Amino acid sequence: MTRTTPTSLLDRAILSRAAVDAFAKLNPARMMKNPVMFIVEVGALATTLFLVPGLAPKGLFGFQLQIVFWLWATVLFANFAEAVAEGRGKAQADALRRTKTDTIARRITGSGHLQVEEALASSLLRKGDRVVVETGGTIPGDGTVVEGIASVNESAITGESAPVIREAGGDRSAVTGGTTVLSDRIVIEITSEPGQTFLDRMIRLVEGAERQKTPNEIALDILLAGLTIVFLFATVTLRPFAVYSGGTVSVTVLIALLVCLIPTTIGGLLSAIGIAGMDRVLKHNILAMSGRAVEAAGDVNVLLLDKTGTITLGNREAVKLLPAPGVPESELAELAQLSSLADETPEGRSIVVLAKDKYGLRARELRELNAKFVPFTARTRMSGLDFETGRKVRKGATDMVDAFVRSLGGAFPDQVRQDVSSVAAEGGTPLVVVDGPRVMGTIYLKDVVKGGMKERFDRLRAMGIRTVMITGDNPLTAATIAREAGVDDFLAEATPEDKLALIRAEQAKGNLVAMTGDGTNDAPALAQADVGMAMNTGTQAAKEAGNMVDLDSNPTKLIEVVEIGKQLLMTRGALTTFSIANDVAKYFAIIPALFLVTYPELQALNIMHLATPQSAILSAVVFNALIIIALIPLALRGVSYRPLGAGRILRRNLLIYGMGGILVPFLGIKAIDLLLVALHLV
Amino acid sequence: MLDVFLKTGVYFLLVLAVVKPLGIYMKRVFSKEKTFMDPVLVPLERLLYRIGGVDPAKEQGFVAYAGAMMVFNVVSLVVLYAMERLQHLLPLNPDKMPAVPAALAWNTAVSFTTNTNWQAYSGESTMSLFTQMAGLAVHNFASAATGIAIAIAFLRGVARVESKGIGNFWSDLVRATLWVLLPISLAGAVVLMSQGVIQNFKASETVTTLEGATQKIPLGPIASQEAIKELGTNGGGFFNANSAHPYENPTPFSNLVEMFLIFSVGAGLTYTLGSMTGKTRHGWAVFWSMAILFLAGAFMAGYFEVRGNPIHHGLGVSSAMGNMEGKEVRFGPVDSSLFATITTDASCGAVNSMHDSFTPLGGLVPLLNIQLGEIIFGGVGAGLYGMLLFVVLAVFIAGLMVGRTPEYLGKKIESREVKLAMLSVLILTFSILVGTALGVSSKAGLAGLDNAGPHGLSEVLYAFSSATGNNGSAFAGLNANSDFYNVALGVAMFFGRFLMILPLLAIAGSLAAKKRVAESIGTFPVDGPVFVLLLIGVILIVGALTFFPALALGPIVEHLLMGAGKLF
Repeated sequence: MTRTTPTSLLDRAILSRAAVDAFAKLNPARMMKNPVMFIVEVGALATTLFLVPGLAPKGLFGFQLQIVFWLWATVLFANFAEAVAEGRGKAQADALRRTKTDTIARRITGSGHLQVEEALASSLLRKGDRVVVETGGTIPGDGTVVEGIASVNESAITGESAPVIREAGGDRSAVTGGTTVLSDRIVIEITSEPGQTFLDRMIRLVEGAERQKTPNEIALDILLAGLTIVFLFATVTLRPFAVYSGGTVSVTVLIALLVCLIPTTIGGLLSAIGIAGMDRVLKHNILAMSGRAVEAAGDVNVLLLDKTGTITLGNREAVKLLPAPGVPESELAELAQLSSLADETPEGRSIVVLAKDKYGLRARELRELNAKFVPFTARTRMSGLDFETGRKVRKGATDMVDAFVRSLGGAFPDQVRQDVSSVAAEGGTPLVVVDGPRVMGTIYLKDVVKGGMKERFDRLRAMGIRTVMITGDNPLTAATIAREAGVDDFLAEATPEDKLALIRAEQAKGNLVAMTGDGTNDAPALAQADVGMAMNTGTQAAKEAGNMVDLDSNPTKLIEVVEIGKQLLMTRGALTTFSIANDVAKYFAIIPALFLVTYPELQALNIMHLATPQSAILSAVVFNALIIIALIPLALRGVSYRPLGAGRILRRNLLIYGMGGILVPFLGIKAIDLLLVALHLV
Repeated sequence: MLDVFLKTGVYFLLVLAVVKPLGIYMKRVFSKEKTFMDPVLVPLERLLYRIGGVDPAKEQGFVAYAGAMMVFNVVSLVVLYAMERLQHLLPLNPDKMPAVPAALAWNTAVSFTTNTNWQAYSGESTMSLFTQMAGLAVHNFASAATGIAIAIAFLRGVARVESKGIGNFWSDLVRATLWVLLPISLAGAVVLMSQGVIQNFKASETVTTLEGATQKIPLGPIASQEAIKELGTNGGGFFNANSAHPYENPTPFSNLVEMFLIFSVGAGLTYTLGSMTGKTRHGWAVFWSMAILFLAGAFMAGYFEVRGNPIHHGLGVSSAMGNMEGKEVRFGPVDSSLFATITTDASCGAVNSMHDSFTPLGGLVPLLNIQLGEIIFGGVGAGLYGMLLFVVLAVFIAGLMVGRTPEYLGKKIESREVKLAMLSVLILTFSILVGTALGVSSKAGLAGLDNAGPHGLSEVLYAFSSATGNNGSAFAGLNANSDFYNVALGVAMFFGRFLMILPLLAIAGSLAAKKRVAESIGTFPVDGPVFVLLLIGVILIVGALTFFPALALGPIVEHLLMGAGKLF
């Protein structure tokens, strides 16, 4: 999807489309799914039938007509809210569909000399087919690169125009249909059946076609339906009570009372809240596979974050040089620089930068030095320079350097050994520099914690969420970084199995766990976690296992997802409370009006001093309808959210939505009453 | 008014004093920990299990638990019915009472089985001593013990983690009777006897009064029934006059003792809740929610009763004490309104004055107390589980506002729990409102009305509220001993008791099976003043809104009409 899709709530195209949809949604078969609003629709229909001449009491036709109008308005407003919420998703789906043009795929069969290439429509590709894509070509379907390396433009999916590298093997092998190859040639094995591609799923998701009610939404629906039935009893039995008391109540008025009492505000906005929540996630460029996952995010109380790339910048930086006894610091700096000149790793480059910034050493060309670069390998775990003179300069891990020095007849000074262990104790990585048999000193490499992480973890802690850092480092190093970053706990020397075991252990303690991951070996843990967010750059297996995909591949966004989940639940709770609290004022408007003829003394309950019984009833109904429209922006945006403890959030929201819910309708109904009288509508 | 504050205050402090000791004791009893009563009661308990062929250690799931509870109650209901119908053939019938008519026998059997003790008859002129003792008195224990058992089973559901069982009904029933009800009511009976409550097996005495008329004075084993009548929140009096009768409640002190007995177990159970779930502060939060509602009701009823009837003031016929109509002189309006508040907060239903004769708003308090579900300390056990139903709803509605899916003490409240909780609420609402509607719109129903206008509506509304809520007190003024009311109120009592308990036990079973979600600062707090206010708010809004229209046409309009000079 592109980021230019409309984001304003009041986008005119979305609103006009929603206005039309509001009527289409009147279809009773659809309305049945929302019991509260279905009752309102039935009520509206019934009151409409009572308008038939002869059925309506004389002299009150105008009043009845207005009731009928506002009852229909109540239903339409609720439908409109849902349609507006869906609108943005639909617009995005349209944009995505446009990218989903049928391309011609080049399928290859056989191998080696017998390899045959044929052209066919991409929609005919099956799982397991192999296709070749070259510079400028569109990748015809989801798959895994099995051969070659290419730079790929994935902006159609992620909105990010910088190209990404995709290569065979490893964790960067997944490609998505609809993206384009910018350079080179790759062979892809297709991993999805037609119609089941990532793009297809994405379109269905943003469009809301696959939207199902979440567990909490279902529970809330049941509560609302239950309350509706309770109020149905209360209003239906009112008729015999009225008859006993020597009065009558018209069915229209009873229906008006019922509609005012049942929780129409939350009933009308419930689905809009859910859709808007999914939409907010989507706006962060995260694709949630279900609303359930977003809801679960609100409940998360343990967050597992990988150290590298999430908490720390991916790379270590050289921050200090510790010379061996008798070695001048400048000489160590020069050798450290020499050993790293051709070293293209970020660590190596940071050593060159340190030498330049702190010791004023300029970078030199290897050719001038007549030296050859010895790259780092997993076996030697050292890198450095071999001069034509036979001089060997090396930097590397302590034990390997130790062996290297000994083989040349040198000795490893105790002071350096001490430096090495103190660097490790502080959470750094020591690299020892040697010039032939002579140990020159230690380079202090440090993990750099990303800016602002401490504040974010504080925020999470305030919400009652524990962060656990996962790292392959040794416990000592891990502890130091954990302290510096402000996480609550860490798992050191972690293997994928450890990660899975940790998730299980936390879940056994009753915690809900969220994590991010991208590698194939993360897949089991992603699947086990309650919220598993896979990176879009990750493997197909990881994306399948998680219940969210981050299109920007930025693991820290998990924090935003948690906040969105919480906000979604809060909005639901706030509007439910508001809706129920509203009933108090409505009673004070309608009950005295209903029985004013039978018991004029009930006028004492008319504390709002509404003009006439008709205006009182009508004002309550109008308020009840308009409040839905008034709350649509709140339902779509979500209630304002601050990271506080549950006690303080509860106090705050109870004050705003509980007390507010009791007071607002008193003012609103009175204002509408004044207006109705002024306009001579009653 | 000072008198109201003082008496209510003294009474409340008395109750407060026993909350913790009684709560801990009950927790120990039902967790089968050691108590000081064990040496006497354990052998008796074993004997009972041997006779009944029960294995008390066998854990029951909610279906088995509910099944055992239903079997016990239905069988004992049938036995009681048979006893009433055959009492003329059974022993201990010195006054030669005839068999009880079918509809009344059904009504009474349901009434005592469900802990309602609605009495459509006068005890002294309908029931033989055998029926009173072997039937009604036994049910006073059994129905109360059932209530406690259900509450304890519910607490186990909350406290246990990933467990199938919620206890053993037979064991809970026996332990509630032997350890809790018997010893306390024994002590209570002795205290009451010291105040002059009678205890004998004599037939009625016929005496000549000062005016020379002859009067029959019924006698019997009253003290023993009186204590359990209050302690077990049964409320079924030996006499029709109930606790207004001098043999049942002779002095202001005996009145205080009876009021104390009514709240004691219900108040103690709030501490048991905290103790069993390991959340003592939550137990106290529930206690204070109840306490605030109680005090508010007591002050309101006291205020209106002491103020009396303004029309009587105008006529110069009012008593200096306040509204004395339908009240005993030895109690006066303060002791009477306090008793009325307590007996309806709890589902007791014993009365020491005629609620029908209260001022409209004074009488609104008992009516509203019952309609809120008798969750203010409530019936033994029933009050706690009724309150926890509101807690579940409050947690669900407001719990979302802290940004998590709702949970109660670490147990997720999901659609199943909400469905069951709403089912309970619906059954109660249906029974009260539809029953009353039937009463005021049918000929048979209207035939029982003594009073016209809104007061008549209040009477019928009170009857169905009282029956459904298993209270048993009557507004009086309604002649309920007709086939219509006997059958309809019997059904209301049965629905109100068992159709509420069954969903509740199902919730307990479903909670017991759940994992416990770890607690953190982000967890919805179920203690502290905010929670107390929230709980009270939910009770008032959900409970009262349901009945506001009916109340508006009954007591509220009557109050307004009284202001305008009309009485009913």
